Amino acid sequence: MKQIKRVFTYLFLSVAALVSIFPFIWMLISMTNKSVDVTSGRLIPGTHFIENLNKLLDQTQIGIALWNSFLIAVITTVLTLLIGSLAGYGFEIYRSKGKDILFNILILSMMIPFAAIMIPLYRLFGQISADAPLIGLDTLAAAFLPTIITAFFIFFFRQNTKMFAKELVEAGRIDGLGEWGIFFRIYMPTMKTTYAAAAIIAFMNSWNNYLWPLVVLQSPEKQTIPLLISNLGAGYTPDYGVIMTAIVIATLPTALVFFLMQRHFVAGMMGSVKG
Amino acid sequence: MSQTSNPTQQRTFAQKFRKNYIGWLFIILSVLGISLFYFYPMVQALLLSLQSGMGSTLEYVGLDNYVRLFNDPTFITALTNTILYLLIQVPVMIVLALIFSVLLNDPTLKFKGFFRTAIFLPAVTSLVAYAVIFKYLFGNDGLVNDFLLNMNLVSEPLNWLSDPFLAKITIIIAITWRWTGYNMIFYLSALQNVDKSMYEASKIDGASAIQQFFFITIPLLKPIILFTSIVSTIGTLQLFDEVMNITSGGPGNATMTISMYIYNLSFEYTPDFGYAATVSYVILILVVILSFIQFRVAGDRD
Repeated sequence: MKQIKRVFTYLFLSVAALVSIFPFIWMLISMTNKSVDVTSGRLIPGTHFIENLNKLLDQTQIGIALWNSFLIAVITTVLTLLIGSLAGYGFEIYRSKGKDILFNILILSMMIPFAAIMIPLYRLFGQISADAPLIGLDTLAAAFLPTIITAFFIFFFRQNTKMFAKELVEAGRIDGLGEWGIFFRIYMPTMKTTYAAAAIIAFMNSWNNYLWPLVVLQSPEKQTIPLLISNLGAGYTPDYGVIMTAIVIATLPTALVFFLMQRHFVAGMMGSVKG
Repeated sequence: MSQTSNPTQQRTFAQKFRKNYIGWLFIILSVLGISLFYFYPMVQALLLSLQSGMGSTLEYVGLDNYVRLFNDPTFITALTNTILYLLIQVPVMIVLALIFSVLLNDPTLKFKGFFRTAIFLPAVTSLVAYAVIFKYLFGNDGLVNDFLLNMNLVSEPLNWLSDPFLAKITIIIAITWRWTGYNMIFYLSALQNVDKSMYEASKIDGASAIQQFFFITIPLLKPIILFTSIVSTIGTLQLFDEVMNITSGGPGNATMTISMYIYNLSFEYTPDFGYAATVSYVILILVVILSFIQFRVAGDRD
């Protein structure tokens, strides 16, 4: 009886694992095959990878899209971490009744669905377009500005600051460090793991963001990777081998981050719940 | 005596004041940012929802837009679809994730790391990328149909994307594939903190594995189940990327979601920002109501 249960457990988990991995295997195989072979369901690696890659580089602006996505993701990550950790630290270390109330109000914004504020945001950026063309519609800045300040990261850093030894702040003051000095020279280096986890979430969110860039970025040379893939996928005569190559390239950064930093990755996801 | 205490008092007061004032500097950017990018648009959306007109020529029409909602078949379809996804997909996914996490929490299980990584892997893909892949997998001549035909489970290819019912199923399968592993990780880490002696004690009392699951595991994981179901509910109510890239809301409006309808109203059809804002308030109201219900149902203990 126990043995049968065991076998069943392994069988069940194996099927689940196979279903989970299969689309990845399929996209890796299809990346090396011609479009017709992909549609005919070929599951053996082919020899057309270089051809697909060349077509992708020639026929689409994937280079520009990669650069845009990368630029947006890096700037977003740096600013998100800086602003979020300043606030998380500020709310926890300089606690006061007023700030606690304010914190709870800010946290409420986590409940606001993006779709509910998308149109006013679009109009806001439309209005400033004339006066500030650098951050108006169809600029990379417009694509990341509304995403860098989120209650989630303030909450995340505050939760983690609770585990930060507050004596270090006092010790810093006694050593004559200013309040900013304590933050930048003591807090930041001590909280490296927290920053790493937050960086992974912020980078992934930005890299994969679709709806807002779709709304604000119009010209082809402003495209990000998700927009490019979405456009390729919606084409009437899709070249499947080429699309699969693009998808693999788009998935690579996040998959790499996951495999290289698995522990931080999971810690980052959990961070929002503990405490 | 007073001469010595006075400067000290002054200094502590000055220090306190400085500490307080600096504290505000740490948080000011976030307060301004969230006010500008969340609360201000919320208010704007409310004002917009009371206006109507094409493009930028808007005028106040009172509650007309809200009345229009009830007579708008596309909105009603989008709302029904979204709620349908929610009612079917979220429970299925949470139960699956719970089963995986309980099975993987067994210390005697082999290849645990492999199973865990494999099942979590879908969570690292971008929504657009996996949506495009699922569109092809579930195409008429896609691999899913190939597989079903080869196994003799169906006699002719199923119209996964062009049949109104099957298209919804495809969307549900896709979201479940993407998010089950993600939720599983939360349950697994919660299970690791569970006191093993509880299971041993219940075993001595003659509890079966299924009884243990319902009477120990579920109650212990209640807070985290609540958390994940709220997160999933909010996510599903905003469903956009997958539907846009797998079916574009079709066939007809069979897979249309509220978010997609808002997008279409604003950027695909002749823009009607006022009515789109009205529809977007429906999502907000649903998020608030459903979160409240979930707290009520699951959070009564605290």
